[in-house]
Amino acid sequence: MIRIENLSYAIEGKEILRDITLDVPRSGFTALIGPNGAGKSTFLSLIARLEPLQTGSIHIDDLQIGQCSDRDLAQRLSILPQVPDQPPRLAVRELVGFGRYPYNRGRPTSDDGAKVDHALSVLGITDLAQRSLDTLSGGQRQRAQIAMIFAQDADYVLLDEPLNNLDLAGTRTLLVILRNLAEQHGKTVVMVVHDINIASRYADRIIAMKEGRIVRQGAPDEVIDKALLHDVFATDAMVLSSDFGQVVLV
Amino acid sequence: MARRLWVMAGLLALFCVLFMTWNARGPWSFLLPFRGTKLAGLLLVGMSVSTATLLFQTITQNRILTPSIMGFDALYVFLLTLAVYLLGGMTVVHIPPQVTFLMTAGTLTLAALLLFGTLLRTTKSDLLRMILTGIIFGALFRSLTSFLQRMIDPNEFAVIQVASFARFTQIEVVLLALSALITALVLGRIWLIRNRLDVLALGRTTAITLGEPPRRLELEALVLIALLVSVSTALVGPIAFLGLLVVSIARLITPTEAHSILLPSAALIAGLTLVGGQFLMERAFRLSTPLSVVIDLVGGAVFLILLLKGVRR
Amino acid sequence: MTTRHTFWAGLIGLTLLSFLSLFIGVIDVSPRDLISDQETFELLVISRFPRTAATLICGSTLAIAGAIMQMLVRNRFVEPMTAGTGQGAALGVLIVTLTMPSASIFTKMTVASLVALASSLGFLAIIRKMPPTQPLLVPLVGLIYGGLIGAAVTFVAYQADLLQYIGVWMNGEFSGVLQGRYELLWIAAGVGALTYLAADQFAIVGLGRATSINLGLNYSQVVLIGLIAFSVVSALTVTTVGMIPFVGLVVPNIVSRLAGDNLRRTLPLVALMGAGLTLICDILGRILRYPFEIPVGTVFGVVGAALFLWLLYRRPQHG
Repeated sequence: MIRIENLSYAIEGKEILRDITLDVPRSGFTALIGPNGAGKSTFLSLIARLEPLQTGSIHIDDLQIGQCSDRDLAQRLSILPQVPDQPPRLAVRELVGFGRYPYNRGRPTSDDGAKVDHALSVLGITDLAQRSLDTLSGGQRQRAQIAMIFAQDADYVLLDEPLNNLDLAGTRTLLVILRNLAEQHGKTVVMVVHDINIASRYADRIIAMKEGRIVRQGAPDEVIDKALLHDVFATDAMVLSSDFGQVVLV
Repeated sequence: MARRLWVMAGLLALFCVLFMTWNARGPWSFLLPFRGTKLAGLLLVGMSVSTATLLFQTITQNRILTPSIMGFDALYVFLLTLAVYLLGGMTVVHIPPQVTFLMTAGTLTLAALLLFGTLLRTTKSDLLRMILTGIIFGALFRSLTSFLQRMIDPNEFAVIQVASFARFTQIEVVLLALSALITALVLGRIWLIRNRLDVLALGRTTAITLGEPPRRLELEALVLIALLVSVSTALVGPIAFLGLLVVSIARLITPTEAHSILLPSAALIAGLTLVGGQFLMERAFRLSTPLSVVIDLVGGAVFLILLLKGVRR
Repeated sequence: MTTRHTFWAGLIGLTLLSFLSLFIGVIDVSPRDLISDQETFELLVISRFPRTAATLICGSTLAIAGAIMQMLVRNRFVEPMTAGTGQGAALGVLIVTLTMPSASIFTKMTVASLVALASSLGFLAIIRKMPPTQPLLVPLVGLIYGGLIGAAVTFVAYQADLLQYIGVWMNGEFSGVLQGRYELLWIAAGVGALTYLAADQFAIVGLGRATSINLGLNYSQVVLIGLIAFSVVSALTVTTVGMIPFVGLVVPNIVSRLAGDNLRRTLPLVALMGAGLTLICDILGRILRYPFEIPVGTVFGVVGAALFLWLLYRRPQHG
């Protein structure tokens, strides 16, 4: 469980997060939604210890952010970073291999090799293994990054808007993989996402943020309604109920 | 904005008078021509360096470039060294300096067209490559120069040594008239096309839309830049940061994109920097360090600060 | 050819080159004289061997320093010698020479390393403020930053009448290397070798801060270690033989093109190629204008710039 208590955060005097207390239960697919500037990305990067905490505390199971060792945490929690503009000249397999770094500190065992191969095959990029990242398309690079996270085999997987740069097929593939991670591998996936319909269709749980606060949380059917769109997104869009969950007519 | 130009012009005039008359010991018949040539040289260099830099920033649409960073003046010194190496130092000494100057300036113009003309044709996304190429060319020319200098007889070496260091104290008098003529012609031409340059500064696509095809104008600007760089390098040698410094300050003092304002503004600031700087260094503080070193120091610092401020904004 | 094959082939080539280097110079030496003639043997021990060793150490460690800096800054077009570290080292020596003229060479090295480190930290602080969307600014800012510190050094030296010393630090030359005057370079060699232990960490840092933290790396610590490593290497090189530009820029770029960015695999190759290219340039400098010498910095300036341009305009490799 990710337990967040009294979390506040300010940048140059401007409050980004205001006194957030929240539990994200173990396993399952959680989507973090909200308008631009709601503080979603900051919230996620604080959980991933990319930025130092100011007030409040975050626990990942028994590990407290800022207190526990980086290495222990890296085996428990992973975050998908933005794909770098200038890709390194690493073979895909080398990049994915770095996912095992928290375990082997650069001295890979045969077990690590097997895990890397498994990650490559789950993401369907086994045939790209020896290709250099700078020769791949944006979508392929994204998959390689996700394969690295997969090989890292952490219980908690955080993703900050991973669907940018992906076309329709790529988006679907990634979402199916993330669902699988949650359903079959028992991982806890937390994803910041812009598209409410995607959140509604794939997530088990939605957390809506506005102005640095959590305003709604729960199953998609409970959270997504006309009131939410009006209050949080300040827009009056229609919401249809369908067999595939709530659909917002943008 | 025009008022600021007048204020700067007034200041520059004041410094010029101070420069000519301060601490005058000795007959005026000696002092006036002696200091006069120096002053004329400083003003000429100021105008050509600032104008060349501004023009270069316009055609590359980049505010942190200067012909000097791109290796123009290094190329000039290299060409001169090459001439000494190929012809022999004694021969070069016997050729009148005007002829050497014209030859080197001509070759520089050609080389600049070849090198940077092809580079300019590359797309905007390739700007990084172009800038790096310029920087590397600069380093290459400097290394080649010192390489050739080692290959040349030490006696002949003295001929070039004079050319490879920026010096404001001894300005080649013989070149002054010729330089003044070239600078006047080039500046006149630039003044005529100032409005077209404004359009070019908006970017290629916009320039084409507005009916001002960029190709020819860019090439013409390159030729004019090469001529201006030749003048200033021949007169005082390479100075790295002067252009960058004065154009950046000009953009601060007269914040506009119009060349009709920026050109005189940058030229005035360059004049103020050189005449004022030389006056203070030589007469007031009696420092032994050459002005070019101080300009590099102050210019580099100011430029870094401007860059960081601009980026943060 | 795999990286490993390339490495061994290169190592054999480098050994042959080093052997050659021992027998090129103003005084003719042939391997046969070595056995029969005591004087020849002494010449070899006092001058030729130290010179060759110094060349190999400087070349390899500067290339490693460049590779590490490029990873830390995440930009392929920087190197310590042009982005302020080398100039910082020169400033350090200048400060010691001015304030403590009788200081030991070891003190000089320490101060030079510290000032070089401070100067590199300054560069990193500036780079942090730059938007990542404009990678071309980084090398440009580095160049101006380095030029600025260089101008400060020249200014102080002019005022203190030390311009001649500056010339020695600013333009690298191996002709002055003799037994007893280069041994501190072995420290640089040690530092260079030690960096291999952290090769993985540097490669991960090259993937960015978020990825590094995600993989459990102490990001700031690794960056600091890298900074110290390339500052010490630069400072030692500047104080013993002077600045040699381009080694740290060209070599890592060539290796990255040919063999990728996985430093665990490529760092030995970087060291090997740095040593080889520098030695070739030094040998060229010795024979081109025999019996005079052309400084290695000058030769490498020409060779390195040409190589770099070739790299820049070579068609990008795919597949």
